[in-house]
Amino acid sequence: MFERNVVAYRRGWWVFGTGLLEPIFYLFSLGIGLGALVGTVAVGGREIPYPVFVAPAMLAVSAMTGALTETTFNMFHRLKYAKLYDAILATPMRPIDIALGEISWALARGGAYSAAFLGLMAALGYIESWYGLLAFPAAILIGYAFGAVGMALSTFMRSWQHFDYVGFVIVVLFLLSATFFPLDIYPDWLQPVVTWTPLTQSVALIRELTTGELSAATVVHVVYLLVLSVAGSVGATVRIDRLLRP
Amino acid sequence: MQSLAHRAFECYLYTYRRTWRGSVFSTFALPLVYLGALGLGVGTLIDDPATNQALGGSYLTFLAPGLLAASVVTVVMGESTWPVISQVKWEKTFYAMLATPLRAGDIVLGNLAWIAIRAGMTSAAFLVAMLAFGVVHTPLALLTVLVGILTGLALATPVYAFAITRESESSFSLLYRLGSVPLFLFSGTFFPVAELPSVIQPVAYASPLWHGVNLCRELVAGDLTPWLAPLNVGYLLAWAVVGFVLARRGFQKRLVV
Repeated sequence: MFERNVVAYRRGWWVFGTGLLEPIFYLFSLGIGLGALVGTVAVGGREIPYPVFVAPAMLAVSAMTGALTETTFNMFHRLKYAKLYDAILATPMRPIDIALGEISWALARGGAYSAAFLGLMAALGYIESWYGLLAFPAAILIGYAFGAVGMALSTFMRSWQHFDYVGFVIVVLFLLSATFFPLDIYPDWLQPVVTWTPLTQSVALIRELTTGELSAATVVHVVYLLVLSVAGSVGATVRIDRLLRP
Repeated sequence: MQSLAHRAFECYLYTYRRTWRGSVFSTFALPLVYLGALGLGVGTLIDDPATNQALGGSYLTFLAPGLLAASVVTVVMGESTWPVISQVKWEKTFYAMLATPLRAGDIVLGNLAWIAIRAGMTSAAFLVAMLAFGVVHTPLALLTVLVGILTGLALATPVYAFAITRESESSFSLLYRLGSVPLFLFSGTFFPVAELPSVIQPVAYASPLWHGVNLCRELVAGDLTPWLAPLNVGYLLAWAVVGFVLARRGFQKRLVV
């Protein structure tokens, strides 16, 4: 399964390559451009420059969107129109192989982007701690969690119109998960709700790593994402099995 | 001979009656989320007397009209890429239409009229959101819906002309990443163009989106610059007209001759 995607993308390498540009554009616009208006943000009692605050969030967001587009839009196309999975199941491969193959492909792709983006952050001086190196495996974990859940969900979708909702959810998570402003701007009753959304957890994890502000919460984020990953992969396997088994 | 473009237009209207749910929800909910998160949320970090002086008001007031124009562009670019190639290659709607008395010009005009409606819907949704957030203080702001449609067409027509010539959809990702995203982010929507490096500024001013953003912002502020507003409108019109001519020619070449 993994190999199939490598071969398929060999002809579209520039689609692959330019994928990296998106978070970079966002970083320059909303991090640095907007940062000139914002100045600094107070995090954990310390003032940090706005780009240092936004950059880790962009990394988490791009890990999420990368994994979600691969496992929802692209996978839906392959499931329904390209009939790729029907073809594959006619070989000795089993549904679990498809699920794992697709997710690991999404991860390899996301991992390449994350590594490049982290390199850029380091070059611009936005990584303030050696723990920042751990942001790379963290981004992969985030990609896995979202990829697995996305794949499980996309087996329930019947038409492209449903993807309007997926797009909507992505934007809502993107904007509201303490990506662009700290959590304490929310009214008190809303803070606990936002804290437990998946992207908020992911952003917090990466931000704690790149700024070096580790705490017990860091462990909680990791456990949260692990649980999501396991639930997603089990769900996806069961559903693909049911959809494709003759 | 009378143009039959309205017949082609009806086709899109008819399809939309079956598929409106997802997009209506996102069209009207997204502006609220965007303005809430960036306008109010990030605004809290930005707003202080000095910055507000430079922006001509709170960050929310600065952002909202710009985001209207930018969101319209995102929507119409979606409508004039994948759906266009789909109607050529996958659904073959265009071939079906050409088998009727409809001519190339009618179909393109009908399709673009539909895209203009989508642009109008997006603008109207933003206008409602701006009203809800208390940004609007002048009736001039109602004109942002028209500016939204004009900005939408200024971008939709050239993109349509490009899409109709494509054999495969893979170049759209590139167009999206190298065209749509930078346009969205650097056309003075989120921060003034004057803050960009001076090398890039002329590029930003040449972007049709900046002209739409500027017009919307001045309309919402109720303060039009006498020489700039006609220039903005003229520039957007020029893009829309040239784009339409190219789109029609591309359609003719691809599907008729």
